[in-house]
Amino acid sequence: MSTATRTIPAKPSATGKRRPLGGQERTNWPATAVLIVCTLGVLVPLYVTVSMAFKTTGQAVDGNAFSLPSPLTFDSFVQAWTLTNFSRGFAISVFVSVIAVVGEIVVSALAAYAIVRNWDRKLFRWSFFYLLAAMFIPFPVVALPQIQLTGLVGLDNPLGVAILHIVFALAFNTMLFTAFLRSIPLELEESMRMDGAGTWQVFWRLIFPLLGPMSATVGIFAFIASWNDFMMPSLIISDPEMQTIPVLQKIFQTQFSNSYNVAFASYLMAMAPAIVVYLFTQRWVMSGLTQGAVK
Amino acid sequence: MSSMTRPSTRAVVAPPAAAEAPRARKSRVDPLYYFFLFPSLAIFTLAVTLPAVLGFVYSFTNSVGFGDFEFIGIRNFIAVFQDDGILGSYGFTLAFSLVTVILVNIVAFFLALGLTSRIRFRAALRTVFVIPMVISGIVIAFVFQYLFSNSLPLAGQSLGIEPLATSILANPDLAWLAIVLVTAWQSIPSAMLIYIAGLLTVSPEVYEASSIDGATPWHNLRHITLPLVAGYAVINTVLGFKNYLNTYDIIVGLTDGGPGVSTRSVAMAIFRGFEGGDYAYQMANAVIFFLISVAIALIQLRFTRGKGGIAA
Repeated sequence: MSTATRTIPAKPSATGKRRPLGGQERTNWPATAVLIVCTLGVLVPLYVTVSMAFKTTGQAVDGNAFSLPSPLTFDSFVQAWTLTNFSRGFAISVFVSVIAVVGEIVVSALAAYAIVRNWDRKLFRWSFFYLLAAMFIPFPVVALPQIQLTGLVGLDNPLGVAILHIVFALAFNTMLFTAFLRSIPLELEESMRMDGAGTWQVFWRLIFPLLGPMSATVGIFAFIASWNDFMMPSLIISDPEMQTIPVLQKIFQTQFSNSYNVAFASYLMAMAPAIVVYLFTQRWVMSGLTQGAVK
Repeated sequence: MSSMTRPSTRAVVAPPAAAEAPRARKSRVDPLYYFFLFPSLAIFTLAVTLPAVLGFVYSFTNSVGFGDFEFIGIRNFIAVFQDDGILGSYGFTLAFSLVTVILVNIVAFFLALGLTSRIRFRAALRTVFVIPMVISGIVIAFVFQYLFSNSLPLAGQSLGIEPLATSILANPDLAWLAIVLVTAWQSIPSAMLIYIAGLLTVSPEVYEASSIDGATPWHNLRHITLPLVAGYAVINTVLGFKNYLNTYDIIVGLTDGGPGVSTRSVAMAIFRGFEGGDYAYQMANAVIFFLISVAIALIQLRFTRGKGGIAA
């Protein structure tokens, strides 16, 4: 895990190069110490979440967020599970995320490939700029008509939310894929075509596998964004029974506002999947973000 | 970047070796390419362009979201400009965005500087600093809401700090600070990673050379590092502003726009369009919001071009 994080593929030289220069192999201990202290800013809220989740209701209301749970109990998780109907919310969140991940990768990759290979055609070039315009249109601007339209066509449900996630990420993803595709040499594709392969085979057998690393990045960001989102599902999904996990957390503000331990157990269960996915895929998270920025 | 592409795509058409394929493509495009492009264009047009056009048209009507309506010209727009609630939401959103952008950039830059210097536990530290990015905004806002309304007042009371003795979320003058802090907590990691990418492009030889010339670390920072990462600061500002202007989840989790309407963002105001028959009125607000967002983005992009930082 820890070795994987070191590689930012675009600039692999940094760590290796800097050390030998000037013969300065000294570790910068003051900087290390300061950074370790800074991690408290990240870790303390997470620690509070975990420790609160394992407390009894009696201990949770004493107002001391930083104390260790004593006695340790799992009751709050059981209660949170039933109160939020966690299994149903989980299934719906997974449904939205899977469609968003697969959709964002496939739809954007196909479009990017068509655009890059036909860049000298007006239609494709203008389509690219048309899609990029989405960067300037945030969800709140079109939300009201969207809520109306999704209701009208029966998409005021998790499927509609997944589609909207695909749409709002389209501009950025297509940009990432086109930038990447432009760096793939054409010789491979040409020889495959001379062997009689059509565009369909070339894309799925050659191009799509080559896009793998970029698809991984797009997919992970699609997962994190759709798993964590509150704004879209809370506005688009009309049936409260069909809500995603982040939206379900609201019941601890409205109905069960004094069950802090249950609330925090529920928050922890809501956060955990994204954190776990991040820990296992952080290489692509980091490289994707920096590539996206530099391009 | 895009100037590089044209020759290379043209090159496909040119090579004499693959005589047949290029000729076929020059005369007509493989229909499959249209099929590849179609899904994106279709969902984008139906899910963004159509609602945008509809919203624009509705903003000139007195529609309440359903039933009959009439065109009433620009009366909605005039009313928006006279609505203290909406003007207040713009004031809050812009001020909040500005403060957050500055805070995020400063913290992210110094974290990135630390993480690219000769430290121990680099990988582990970076892993920890990135975690906030992957946590749901509303969920972490609920966690902080508990801390701000329970733990912080306790600490304030025991330390005798008067303004902190009560929940800052209930204080109309301080609640926005809590929103800035939580938003910054969540968006520092992505800005930090972009700064790290920027700092890694600076060749160590540059520092080496300037150290030989007797430059102090402060000189290096001021005259080498800062100018070289200026372009990355612009990226972070553009991306950050875009997100903060549309801020919603974290505010819902912390204050829900309160106390009163002191922390109501523009997005929250627009979403209220379905309550109380404000539909067309809030669409006019959305149109204005769109124009302001585009204006801010264009100003920032012009500034970027001057710096030329991200073109690299």
